[in-house]
Amino acid sequence: MANSTLSEPLNVQDRSGSSSTMNTSIYRRRRLVNAFNMGASTLTMAFGLFWLFWILFTLLQHGLSGINLQVFTQSTPPPGGQGGLANAIYGSLAMTISGTMIGTPIGILAGIYLAEFGQRGWLAPATRFINDILLSAPSIVIGLFVYEVYVVSVGHFSGWAGSLALALLVIPVVVRTTENMLRLVPNTLREAAAALGAPQWKITLYVTLRSAKAGVLTGILLAIARISGETAPLLFTALNNQFFNSNMNQPMANLPIVIFQFAMSPYEDWHTLAWTGALLITLSVLTLNILARWMGSQKTQSH
Amino acid sequence: MEKFSNNQQMQRQMLLDNIFRLSTRCFAFLVLALLVGILISLIIGAMPSLSRFGWSFLIDSDWDPVAQKFGALVPVFGTLATSVIALLIGVPVSFGIAVFLTELCPNVLKRPLGIAVELLAGIPSIIYGMWGLFVFAPLFADHIQPVLIDNLGDIPLIGLLFQGAPMGIGVFTAGLILAVMVIPFIASVMRDVFEVVPTMLKESAYGLGSTTWEVVRYVVLPYTKTGVVGGIMLGLGRALGETMAVTFVIGNSSRFAVGLFEPGQSISSALANEFAEATGEFHMASLIELGLILFFITFVVLACAKLLLLRLQKQEGKAS
Amino acid sequence: MADNNVKLQVKNLNFFYGNFHALKNINLDIAPRMVTAFIGPSGCGKSTLLRTFNRMYELYPGLRSEGEILLDGNNILGRDVDINLLRAKVGMVFQKPTPFPMSIYDNITFGVKLYEKLAKTEMDDRVEWALRKAALWDEVKDKLKQSGNSLSGGQQQRLCIARAVASRPEVLLLDEPTSALDPISTAHIEELIHELKEDYTIAIVTHNMQQAARVSDFTAYMYLGELVEFGETDNIFTAPKQKATEDYITGKFG
Repeated sequence: MANSTLSEPLNVQDRSGSSSTMNTSIYRRRRLVNAFNMGASTLTMAFGLFWLFWILFTLLQHGLSGINLQVFTQSTPPPGGQGGLANAIYGSLAMTISGTMIGTPIGILAGIYLAEFGQRGWLAPATRFINDILLSAPSIVIGLFVYEVYVVSVGHFSGWAGSLALALLVIPVVVRTTENMLRLVPNTLREAAAALGAPQWKITLYVTLRSAKAGVLTGILLAIARISGETAPLLFTALNNQFFNSNMNQPMANLPIVIFQFAMSPYEDWHTLAWTGALLITLSVLTLNILARWMGSQKTQSH
Repeated sequence: MEKFSNNQQMQRQMLLDNIFRLSTRCFAFLVLALLVGILISLIIGAMPSLSRFGWSFLIDSDWDPVAQKFGALVPVFGTLATSVIALLIGVPVSFGIAVFLTELCPNVLKRPLGIAVELLAGIPSIIYGMWGLFVFAPLFADHIQPVLIDNLGDIPLIGLLFQGAPMGIGVFTAGLILAVMVIPFIASVMRDVFEVVPTMLKESAYGLGSTTWEVVRYVVLPYTKTGVVGGIMLGLGRALGETMAVTFVIGNSSRFAVGLFEPGQSISSALANEFAEATGEFHMASLIELGLILFFITFVVLACAKLLLLRLQKQEGKAS
Repeated sequence: MADNNVKLQVKNLNFFYGNFHALKNINLDIAPRMVTAFIGPSGCGKSTLLRTFNRMYELYPGLRSEGEILLDGNNILGRDVDINLLRAKVGMVFQKPTPFPMSIYDNITFGVKLYEKLAKTEMDDRVEWALRKAALWDEVKDKLKQSGNSLSGGQQQRLCIARAVASRPEVLLLDEPTSALDPISTAHIEELIHELKEDYTIAIVTHNMQQAARVSDFTAYMYLGELVEFGETDNIFTAPKQKATEDYITGKFG
């Protein structure tokens, strides 16, 4: 009837004559299922955040106390000795930078091919497909590959081998973002440049790539963030070095592997250094991540 | 008119254009060659082991560097077991997070929470491993494991899974840590594909009086199923190849065991632990063969993931 | 309270998108078993008004309404109203066909199953009934198990109407239901609206003035969030009281 309220079961007039009442038990059940599932969904979000904060909290708790000047000025100590992480920090920086320097141009050029010349033929779709697989391929296999191809033929572990392995991890990330960002550049811009008579290489390098600069840079930052925490590919390429070494042709210390070795050791003071190193790495990786995202959002806002 | 006839200038530009085009093509080709190179180098490196052990390598559970006798069963099993555990835990959680972010989350929180999930993906794997070994494993061994062993260990059949000493580390812990690591990957793919569901389609389901859950279950999920499966496969690919987090907490035992709490070994942890100190030709070659197996499995899984996601894209293109 | 000649009564309705005042003090009565059309230029608020009738706007934060909308005398904007039950009573069809990713049969039963538990034969009958109502039965009776996406655009839209009808609502909201369809499918749908009004109260938003003239009994002309003129369709189109309405109808607008 007209006075029934909507918070109560509805009387539905059956047009064919008979009248049926909406099944309230069905509706009650549905509401319960909905409330339960939505509650569960909220809990999963809390679950995810819980791990993030728990991990960050323990890192600060254990790592903060170990941070002092020594960490940045002295090399890794023998068990029980005094020391810092200077050699590992230097090695990590050196290999990350050189790895990025090797990988970035390759990635950008391959990305340009995919975005600008890859409309026809088999190469572009195949490369795109393989690149996406390499993007998530196990990094330890990349380490094995560099070991087989470089370390074995040179005859010793070295900083260059580590850089090479990291470069191979940089390439797919940069290829992917470069292609995506170039595709966002409107075609009218290319046409406008072409209408002025500019040759293709000038259009691409000076117009298209330039207008996609922020996005490409974001990709590079993300790539750096990824490789600066990588451990597995360095295990059989750069190995480790107890002493300060700036010769890239020698085995080189680096933060991830020092953390690995020190954390797996039975010595308490090594553990402390490992936590400190872990904190340093995480902070720098997360900072890079946030920086990259911030740059990315600047880019989208300006559109 | 003079400009048009300036042939020398034009030829120079065309030459430069061709050089440019060719060089970008070379680098694109390099990416392809990289994959082939990895495959070939691993096969060459694994040759001694391949020719000596043949197919029995896959089903042999012995791993004895002293006797120079090697089989991949234990690490392959460990890799698969930890990944399966990771997916069993990670997939429902990722789904929940994606639903929360797309359907429930207030707008103000969407971005910060999305970033938080992505930060979880940014934490280096070695940190997960170290944290698992020093923080999680002791807690787990003291408070949770004994309860599980006491209560579930005596049930026939299932009980076998829950036997073993409460050490904190082992196959289950490795799987759990892996789950936390793959959650951000799976959740962000799911969120992205959920967001492509046309608003009007969801509104029509709401318009019939559906609850949010019903819209997700009967409209959003079927609409995006290929993408969702693709995302799960992507997570699986990550879990299979993950090295450091597993190496820290799996316990590194080459003895075969089915128990969830028993120490075990995965392909990547075996490589990380033994490769640099491998003794003898066959030990090294067997380890490289393990790497080859890992690469092959992840390649297949990731290729399937990619194909599924591509199919979703095509379907979308058709619909619009 | 309830007037037998009023199905939906809009009283002093105001609507806000954040700070934007989208509907300004709307007052309007919608008669039962009649077709009421809403016309006006883009952005005039006609779709917004339609979406307050089933509170679809509640899916989005920052949107709010003030005032009252009475359905059979009950305020549907009240706090204690169960939105799901309201939507079961007020069906909606959208600008574009929106078949769910499932079979034709399941598309129809989707809404029914939400509130009723029917035996297989009863459900089959209901599906046939709804599809006949939407004049689609003869075209799809042999392929009920096929995906809803396999149909043509016009058929898909009729499927959506059948889906809305199947759960036996009292009011049908049509939001530019033919805007994505070709002229022949449009004619089909318009014919259908004529038949459906025997059983349902229909509110339709349309861009197409001829369509409003063809299908509706009452027409409301809206402009910039205000209801400019409302009356019987014949009067609105032949003898509008307001100059603004006349300008819009005769195409002098703008």
